[in-house]
Amino acid sequence: MTKLPLEGIRVVELGVVWAGPYVCRLLGDWGAEVIKVESCQHYQYYTRGFAPRMPEFIVNISVGYAAYKKNGYDPETAVNTSTLFNGHAANKLSFTVDMRTPKGMDVFRRLIEVSDVLVENNSPRLREKMGIGWDVVKQWNPRLVMLSTPGFGDFGPYKNYRALGSQMDDFVGHGYMRCYLDEEFDTSSAVYHADEVGGINGALAVMMALHQRLSTGKGQFIDMALTESSACHLGQAIMDYTMNKRITQKTGNRDYHGAVQGCYRCRDTKGKFAGGIEFVDSWVNITITNDEEWQGFCRAMGNPAWTKDERFSNSLSRYQNHNELDRLIEEWTINYDNYYIMYALQKEGVPAGPVMDEKDAYNDPHLRVRDFFHELNHPLCGTHLYPGIAWKMSKTPNHLKLPPPCLGEHNEYVYKRVIGVTDEEYAELEKEGHIGTDYIDSITFSL
Amino acid sequence: MKDQALSGVRVLDLTWYISGPYCTKLLADYGAEVLKVERPGEGDPTRKMGPFFKDDPHPEKSGLFLYLNTNKKGITLNLKSSWGKDVIKELVKDVDILVESFSPGVMERLGLSYEDLEKINPRLVFTSISNFGQFGPYRDYKASELIIYGMGGAMNEEGLPDREPLKKATGTPVLFSTGNMAALAVMIALYQARVDGTGQQIDFSLMEAQMESVDRRMSCLVAYAYNNEITNRSDVRARPVYPVGTYPCKDGWWGMNAMGVQWHTVGKMMGMPELIDDPRWNNMIVQTTPGHREEFMAIFIPWCLEHTKEECVGAAQMAQANCSPMSTMEEVVNDPHLRERGFWAEIDHPFTGKLTYPGRPFLAKDMPWLIRRPAPLLGQHNEEVYCGKLRYSKKDLVKLKETGCI
Repeated sequence: MTKLPLEGIRVVELGVVWAGPYVCRLLGDWGAEVIKVESCQHYQYYTRGFAPRMPEFIVNISVGYAAYKKNGYDPETAVNTSTLFNGHAANKLSFTVDMRTPKGMDVFRRLIEVSDVLVENNSPRLREKMGIGWDVVKQWNPRLVMLSTPGFGDFGPYKNYRALGSQMDDFVGHGYMRCYLDEEFDTSSAVYHADEVGGINGALAVMMALHQRLSTGKGQFIDMALTESSACHLGQAIMDYTMNKRITQKTGNRDYHGAVQGCYRCRDTKGKFAGGIEFVDSWVNITITNDEEWQGFCRAMGNPAWTKDERFSNSLSRYQNHNELDRLIEEWTINYDNYYIMYALQKEGVPAGPVMDEKDAYNDPHLRVRDFFHELNHPLCGTHLYPGIAWKMSKTPNHLKLPPPCLGEHNEYVYKRVIGVTDEEYAELEKEGHIGTDYIDSITFSL
Repeated sequence: MKDQALSGVRVLDLTWYISGPYCTKLLADYGAEVLKVERPGEGDPTRKMGPFFKDDPHPEKSGLFLYLNTNKKGITLNLKSSWGKDVIKELVKDVDILVESFSPGVMERLGLSYEDLEKINPRLVFTSISNFGQFGPYRDYKASELIIYGMGGAMNEEGLPDREPLKKATGTPVLFSTGNMAALAVMIALYQARVDGTGQQIDFSLMEAQMESVDRRMSCLVAYAYNNEITNRSDVRARPVYPVGTYPCKDGWWGMNAMGVQWHTVGKMMGMPELIDDPRWNNMIVQTTPGHREEFMAIFIPWCLEHTKEECVGAAQMAQANCSPMSTMEEVVNDPHLRERGFWAEIDHPFTGKLTYPGRPFLAKDMPWLIRRPAPLLGQHNEEVYCGKLRYSKKDLVKLKETGCI
C-alpha cells in the first residue's frame, strides 16, 4: 500500500481546548506522528474535560462534553474518558513533562530538535512566559514550522485578550447574525465556528509551510488569529458592508440568497436524551430555490389545494409570504419521519435533509456505505465507533489507527525512542515527576 | 515579487458556487496560478448572487463572486463541446491540481474522469468536491448550506430545546468552512505528489467534512457512542452554572464565559470583591441551588446595562475573563485591532473601483498572502490562454465565440 502523505512528519502539540488540537487531529489523520505534550503538574481547563476530577453531576449536565459512564463514572479516570477530548484526539500520542523546570525545558528542546511542526494555541503571554517563542525554538531547529494560533494573533491591541471560540465568533460578527428571528440574543447557544475554522486553516497553513520547505529547506513562523481566520467565512456580510454600508442582520434559518428555506418539525422519534426521556423531537431542513423545485415539492405533498394560492406562485411571492408558507409546510412535515421527508422530496428533485442527531448519524445508511465511522478500542472505555476522516483519497486508503491517548500513555516511546533518553535518565525523570499517567494529588476539583 | 508558498503551482479550476471557489481562492491567494473555467454566457452562478455593489445586479458586481475569485485568471469554455474537452485535456498536461465541483458523474459523462486524465498527467491531484461524495445512496441528492449543516454539522445542538434547531450566521459560513477544508485536502495530496510522485483522486464530501468538525460534532458523537445519550439543545438562559452566554449591555450585547474556575474574575470585573467568596456562588455546586441564579442575575444584569460593550469587555479583560463584544459588521470592519494587524485588503476592480475585502486567514512572513489581481471578468483571459498558450489565432477565437464554445 502507498504510504500516507504525511508519514515521517512529526508534529508537537501544545494545544488547549479545541482549535490547536484540531489542527493536529487533521494532520494526524493523514499519517503525521502527533505528540501531545502534557503535564502531570498542570491541568489545562476545557481540554481533558471541563475541570479535573469532575463530580458526576457536572458530567450529567454537560452531555456532549461529558465522559464515559456506561459502566459507572469514575472522577479519578475522567481525565482519560472525557468526550470533550476523546472526540477529537484519535491518532495522537501523549507524553508528560513539567516544562516549568529547566530539565523539563531541556526535554522539550530535544523533542523540538527531532520534530517538523510545533502547534500551539495558548495566549501569547503564556508563550513568552514559558520562553518558547519563535526566536528561541528556531535556534533549536531551523527546519521547524511553528504555528501559533491564539484568538487575536501575535500582535495588535487585543493580543492578550482572553476568549473562547464562541466569543471570538461574537467579535467577528458571527454572533450578531445568528439568532431566531423572533428572539433576543440571550437565547443564543454558543457556536464554535472559530475553533472549527482555526483547526482547518491552521492545518492548511502548516501544509503550505511544509510544501515551501521542500524547496527552501527552512521552517517558519505562522501567526494565525482565530478571529481573522473565522471572519474570512463571512464574505457576503463583510462585502455588503464595505460595498453598500449595509449591516447584515440575523435571518434565523432563512437563506441569504432568497430561497424559501426552513427547519420544520417532524414526527417524534424513539431515542433517549440524557435523563432518560424516551422520545426525541425530529426536524427536517428544506430549501426551495426555484419554480422547478417548488413544483417538485408540491408533487411530493400530493398537490394540496393551498399550493395553488397566488401568494405562492413565484419565487419572489413565496419569499414575501415566507411565514405563512412555513406554517403550511410544517402542517405537512409534522406527520412524517424526517428521513421519510428527505426521501420523498429528493425523489422529486427538492433539496431536503434531516437534522441528524448522533443516533441518526451512526445509523445513517449513506455514512455506513462510505465507511465513515471507525472502530477503536480504548483501554478504559472499550470498543466504540469514532467519527472518522473527512475525505477519501484513491491511492492512499485510510483509517483511524490509535484511540484517544490516556495521559502519559506514550511516555516510554516518546522519551526513549523519539528523544533518545537512556534508561537511567528515564528513571530519574520519572522520580522527579516529569513522567506519569495521572495529575498530582494536589490537582483536585474546585469551584 | 517575493515568492509565495504556492508560487509555480498550477491549478485548473472547474468549480462553481461557493465551496469549490473558496478552496481555489485560498490556493490562489497564497501564490498558486489558478485558471478558472466558466460557462460561456452566464459564468459562475455566484455572479448572479448578492450582495451587489451599489445593489446593481450586474454579473461583474457581485461582492460574493468578487471575494471568492481573487487572484484567479478566467476563461469561458463549453465543456460539452468536443473541442472544449480537448482543451481541458490539453490544459491538464501541465497543471498540478484539478478541482471540480460538478454533480458526481458529470466528469465521467464528459469523458474527463480521473481515469481519463490520469493517463495524460499521472501526477495530477484530481479533487472532486460534492455534497455527499462520489458514491453512496445520497450521491445524487441536492443540498444547500442549511441541509449540509443539518446532516453533517452540530445543528441539532444549536438553539432552544423547545424550538427548531438553528443554523450558523447569515450567509454561508458552512460552505466556506467545507471549501476551506477541501483546500487542506488538496495541499496534503499535493505534498505527497511532490514527495513521491503519487497523483490521485480526492473524494471530498461536504457532509463528511462537517461530520469531522470540532465544533461540537465529534464530542457529541463520541458521547453517544459511549453512553447512548443524545445531546439536546439547552436553554442558555437557564444554565445551572454561570455566567456564560450573551448578555445585554448599555449599547448592545456582549458575550462572556466565567463559569466554574473563573468565578473570581466576575467579582474583580464588577468591582465587587465581596462576590468572590459569597457562599451562594463561590463554587459550581452551590451555584446550582434553586434561586441562586436569579439572585446573581439581579446584580449582574443591571451592572451590564450600566456599561457599554467596550466598558464591559475592558473590565472583564482586566480581570482575565473570557469575553468579547458582540459586534455588528460595521464595528468589525472598523475595529482598531483588525486594522492595526492589517487584516483588510484594498482591491481595485474595473467595475467597482477600490473596495475593502476580508484579507488573509493567516500571516507568515516567508509565505505572504498577496493580491496580484482582482476576480476575473467573464472570459477576461480567453485571448491570453487560447491564443497565447494554446496557439489559436484571433480569427479562431471569433469562430469559437460564434459557435458557443467560449
